[in-house]
Amino acid sequence: MSEPIELQQDETFVLNLGPQHPATHGVLRVKLTMDGEYIYNAETVLGYIHRMHEKMAENRTYPQYMPNMGRLDYLSALSFNHGYALVVERAAAIEVPERAEYIRVITVELNRISSHLVWLGAFVLDLGGFTPLMYCFDDREQILDLLESVTGSRLTYCYFRFGGLYNDIDETFIAGTKSFIKRMRKELKMYAKLVTGNVILMKRLKGHGRVDRDMCLRYGATGPVARGSGINYDVRRNEPYSVYPELDFEVPVYDDGDSFARYLVRMDEMEQSLRIIEQALEKLPDGPVNPEKKPKLIKPPPGDYYAAVETARGNFGIRLVSDGTKNAYRLKLRSPTYSNMHLFDEACRGMLLADALAFMGSLDLVIPEMDR
Amino acid sequence: MSLTLFNILIAVIIAISFVGLNAAYLVWCERKGAGFYQRRPGPMENGPWGLLQPPIDGVKLMTKQLLIPGGVDKAIFMVAPVLAMFPALVSFVTIPFSETIVAHPINVGVLMIFASAALGGMSLLVAGWGSRNKYSMISSVRAVSQTVAYEIPLLITTITVVMISGSLNLNDIVERQLGGIWNWNIWPFQEAVGYNLLMPVSFLILFVCAVAETNRAPFDLGEAESELVAGFHTEYSSMGFGLFFMGEYANIVIGSCLITILFLGGWSCPIGDIGTFPFTDNVGWFLLKIYMIIFVFIWIRWTFPRTTIYGLLNLSWKYLIPISLFNLLLTAGLLKVF
Repeated sequence: MSEPIELQQDETFVLNLGPQHPATHGVLRVKLTMDGEYIYNAETVLGYIHRMHEKMAENRTYPQYMPNMGRLDYLSALSFNHGYALVVERAAAIEVPERAEYIRVITVELNRISSHLVWLGAFVLDLGGFTPLMYCFDDREQILDLLESVTGSRLTYCYFRFGGLYNDIDETFIAGTKSFIKRMRKELKMYAKLVTGNVILMKRLKGHGRVDRDMCLRYGATGPVARGSGINYDVRRNEPYSVYPELDFEVPVYDDGDSFARYLVRMDEMEQSLRIIEQALEKLPDGPVNPEKKPKLIKPPPGDYYAAVETARGNFGIRLVSDGTKNAYRLKLRSPTYSNMHLFDEACRGMLLADALAFMGSLDLVIPEMDR
Repeated sequence: MSLTLFNILIAVIIAISFVGLNAAYLVWCERKGAGFYQRRPGPMENGPWGLLQPPIDGVKLMTKQLLIPGGVDKAIFMVAPVLAMFPALVSFVTIPFSETIVAHPINVGVLMIFASAALGGMSLLVAGWGSRNKYSMISSVRAVSQTVAYEIPLLITTITVVMISGSLNLNDIVERQLGGIWNWNIWPFQEAVGYNLLMPVSFLILFVCAVAETNRAPFDLGEAESELVAGFHTEYSSMGFGLFFMGEYANIVIGSCLITILFLGGWSCPIGDIGTFPFTDNVGWFLLKIYMIIFVFIWIRWTFPRTTIYGLLNLSWKYLIPISLFNLLLTAGLLKVF
């Protein structure tokens, strides 16, 4: 439909997309050099909500820094909790009880579904369809209620503790989660019928916003973006952590690399997350959720530690350099959208503005996580 | 003479208040409809079922400061909203709500509506140009190419109906369809042309064009909020924005009036001449039909995502125009035969 055209550099103008723009879902600014409605060049400008999270880690004790994790990616805060808990547990050699591991997986996967639901609503909203947003938020509300009952918060969770959890789950949570799984399976079928099968949606997504395998590797894209381009990589399976190796789930991979492939990856992931939760609930052992012996003050021995988790957007890596004191010497966060976003500059060249914004939506950006 | 003038004045005032009331309450309908499709109640706070929302919105819009950004082309900037509302009002003058309720029947009523519709497209161009905003500019360029692309099949389809009816007067077009649902132009069997299979297709074309001409989703490329912020009315505040908003809804009413008159038998009763529901004079049938079409407009808006500009233009130039041209030729041939 949109054949590549010869773009003229001397007939361009600069269009400032953001920092306030309905399609960027936050304070992201993209400087677009346009030739008519075609994009000649794009330059992502970050820094509008930089909060120095990495520097903060150097001035706070390890437990004090945990709440910061919920402020990075506000849509899948529990995955970030998990990443930070993992790296500190590795550093300080803290054992985690099995029940806590299972509860971590259940809550993280619930959080992943809620994150994907926000993405689905916002993405179709970017394409001009308003209604799915309301349905998605209705479903997400169920998850938020469930998570609120155990974590005490609805968005910026601070649920994980080093070696365990803040709170054990109860029977109401388990029953609620089981009924949610039933409901969500029905809803996913409805989304497949109403949204995925829509002619206009297919026309706008199929073949548009193509990102090839090579580009993903060059920019270090992970998560659904990489899996939509045929890269079979999921931290949960490739670098297993927690109890994921004991659970049976598939990693959806599509080879097309277009916006529709990324869309399908996320839709399939929601189903897989439901499967994981179901199995984890079945295998959930009894026992404590916190270790019996836990150091009062966490002082990891000097050294260099790394842990990675799969968040809803991809690989969240966290590197901790400890000098043996109660503060970290250096904490480096490798957040997934930061890499995924930088594809945009190269991939959107020659696209129409409308397609580029659909493409941006399919990358599932969360700006506070990109711009730490 | 003076009495006729007085009559016309009264009729025009009625037409204008009809437009105003419709524009205000269609917004309410739209929001209630959106709520219906989205599992939520819609406006509920002001008055029973939120029925007082439109007047309160109106007061809010009117009491807001009319902000004119620095650097805009002031004259053009001020004229544009008026230009959006005015043609919509003018079009209503010729629309027959029933045999007798028509502000001023004109022999070339169809032409009159198309002339003012084209003027309405002009307002988008002028607003985008005057705003001196890149988003507005892109939006207005889109709006103009959209108007051009969709006015052609709209006109050709209308000409087909005009040829069958043999008149450009909207009253005559309706009168030819009197006597029941089977006489409406939407059906393939017509007295004048024998059997024209393409008439239902023409109806669909007219419907799609009406959606596109009124800048409604899924063809609302002029104000694609996720791409162009608010499109041509990005820089407008207060009643400047209000006029664009009302103009849009007035255009929807005109579009559905046109569809009703050309294809659905206007004010004629669908079951022969027995019913004069719910008032005398058949005006009830006309209103029922246009509101059903408006309901479909709302339904479509809250169901489909937006197309892109090239998808929109492709649809018009590749499919709608050739099909409507073919139907024009076919109808002309059939008219000659029968």
